[in-house]
Amino acid sequence: MIRFVGPVIGLGFAFVVLLAFVVGAYTVATEGWGEETAEHEFHLAPRHVEYEHDGVFGTWDYAQLQRGYQVYKEVCSACHSMKLVAFRNLAELGYSEAEVKAEAASWQVPGIDPGTGEANLRPGTPTDYLPRPYANNVAAAAANNNAVPPDLSLITKAREHGPAYVYSLVTGYRDPATYAVDGHALREEFPDFTTPTGLYFNPYFPNLNIAMAPPLTANGQVTYADGTISTIDQMAKDVSAFLTWTAEPTMVKRKQTGWPVLGFLLFATVLAWFAKKQVWAPVKPVKRKDGLDRDLEGGASVTAPQATVDTAHQHPTGEA
Amino acid sequence: MSFPWARQYQPKAPLMRYLDEKLPLPRFVYNAVGAGYPVPRNLNYMWNFGVLAGFALMVQIITGVVLAMHYSANALVAFESVEHIMRDVNWGWMLRYAHANGASFFFLVIYIHIFRGLFYSSYKAPREMIWLIGVVIFLLTMATAFMGYVLPWGQMSYWGAKVITGLFSAIPLVGEPLQIWLLGGFAPDNAALNRFYSLHFLLPFVILGTVILHIWALHIPGSSNPTGVEVKSESDTVPFHPYYTAKDGFGLGVFLLLYTAFVFFMPNALGHADNYIPANPLSTPAHIVPEWYFWPFYAILRAFTFDFILPAKLWGVLAMFSAILVWFFLPWLDRSPVRSGHYRPLFRKFFWFGLIPTMAVLFWCGGAPAEEPYVMLSQIATAYYFLHFLVILPLVSAIERPEALPYSITEAVLGEDKKAVLGENTTPAT
Repeated sequence: MIRFVGPVIGLGFAFVVLLAFVVGAYTVATEGWGEETAEHEFHLAPRHVEYEHDGVFGTWDYAQLQRGYQVYKEVCSACHSMKLVAFRNLAELGYSEAEVKAEAASWQVPGIDPGTGEANLRPGTPTDYLPRPYANNVAAAAANNNAVPPDLSLITKAREHGPAYVYSLVTGYRDPATYAVDGHALREEFPDFTTPTGLYFNPYFPNLNIAMAPPLTANGQVTYADGTISTIDQMAKDVSAFLTWTAEPTMVKRKQTGWPVLGFLLFATVLAWFAKKQVWAPVKPVKRKDGLDRDLEGGASVTAPQATVDTAHQHPTGEA
Repeated sequence: MSFPWARQYQPKAPLMRYLDEKLPLPRFVYNAVGAGYPVPRNLNYMWNFGVLAGFALMVQIITGVVLAMHYSANALVAFESVEHIMRDVNWGWMLRYAHANGASFFFLVIYIHIFRGLFYSSYKAPREMIWLIGVVIFLLTMATAFMGYVLPWGQMSYWGAKVITGLFSAIPLVGEPLQIWLLGGFAPDNAALNRFYSLHFLLPFVILGTVILHIWALHIPGSSNPTGVEVKSESDTVPFHPYYTAKDGFGLGVFLLLYTAFVFFMPNALGHADNYIPANPLSTPAHIVPEWYFWPFYAILRAFTFDFILPAKLWGVLAMFSAILVWFFLPWLDRSPVRSGHYRPLFRKFFWFGLIPTMAVLFWCGGAPAEEPYVMLSQIATAYYFLHFLVILPLVSAIERPEALPYSITEAVLGEDKKAVLGENTTPAT
């Protein structure tokens, strides 16, 4: 029965899906491939940027991470939370225990008054997580033109090409009136394109208009504790490096664990290859030296069975 | 059951003799994957993937059980509990990356295993039952993987759950109530997350049970082989141990090298960035795509865009499920008495130049956004997919003239030597 029903079902599905194809092809033929949008034509892929933690041998640049933390603290943390990072984690950036305690105490975190039981603010301790800037999402949206600033803990993993995206975004604000790609001006190709009040034009953002005001506006905006000159580019690089660490604090440990694992496996695999060769030696056909091998269908080469017998006697499998 | 020349288990140590009398578990293992199981001597590396799939299943179960000790299946904290595993649990990042990439490698291995079966027609008598159970395992694995992907409760988890359970709403009359019943609500929420977690923990053990049935069914006719010619004499076989344990050991090494390269150096390459954003029912991701191993079937689902008598969505759902269900009928659709694609000139052409490119196109389109030209490409590929299995395969098997087969496995390996064929010139493997 299946031999009759099968082809009927097969032809049925094929007919329906080809009908859909014809309809789709007709639509394309009459209406084209769909309208071009400013978002599609003028969106830019993130710029290339290099970090010490890149690549399979990458390690953290602790000085850069500390600078990045400073940029986060003095700039980003005004609007963006960092709820997955605790002050104790900062010890991994190279801060001493006393420095971590002092750093935690420099933040005000929500607490409970031990005398009255009422909510209050108290200095942070190493076990506290970084406090969020707004009480809730409604407050966050109200203060930011209806857009909730995303938590930054995982931002570099939550965006394609994360660190490069963050770096490009914070340095990528442009004037839409003069913006052009390869000689094509945005205003000429899409005269209707507008950036509404309260939004900012940024070609690295998927829909080109972002609710975040340019966060890094001037060289020297942050005074680095280590004396590095804080150009906008430097601050963007540092904060994106720091956000790579917050997204995956175990990244360098992961890569460093990987090498011994791969090394061991490579060694074990080579051993397994030789073990396999030795185990199979007695039953593998041996090529004849006099060149009398003939070809079979399927390409298997003809070999001397006699030689196989000898090999089998010489190498009992027990040895393997 | 086994071949008459299969070696018998002979316990030597007193403890093993005692055990063999009371509970012959060592004998069972000896006959299943030890020296007591004679296997064709000509298996190529394509035959490694059954063992690799079993290994991948064990990796998933072991890492999964430990992850379950640290995970919380509650919509309020699930996302944070996964990050707790990544940050605060000792080696938690390694467990989670091993589990997430383990799913991908499990599917990679299963797909190679299935397409090995398709090329060498391993589904044909007397091995139909092995194939049927295998398709059941594949369906169970897909369900398990889908529910596992929901557990981190990221954006793709949430919207994936919504889209896939939404498929059931395409069923006439009972669809909508069925979807609500499956989710335990109108949209994915705590009830859905909890039941997915429960099932995600249960199903791997169901898979394990069906894998045991799969191997049991395999041991009745014995393994197939690249010539498709059945085992005739002792010289056609070698004992599974040490021959195939050694060969599988090498295969396992190569598999682990690739797998750990992903786990330690590009653990997120096969995932989706959106799943590091916590689930948000109010914000739909720009492109909702499942994990890569579902892409071919997702492409078939989306290929049906035209309401022909039935709504397009229902056609898509029917076609997607039929695309896998059709595999159940292969033993009866393919009538050729010859198994191996090596000896089937026409079948071979349709396999390499029809089915494989079609799967590649479906795979590519399934991961792409639902725009032209991807939709049109996937429509052509979907049509070919169904025609291949349901029309071309029965036709080819009826009209094709197969090439000459070797007389025996021994002849295929050692050459056309009459004495070898009679078993006189070869020593059975010891």
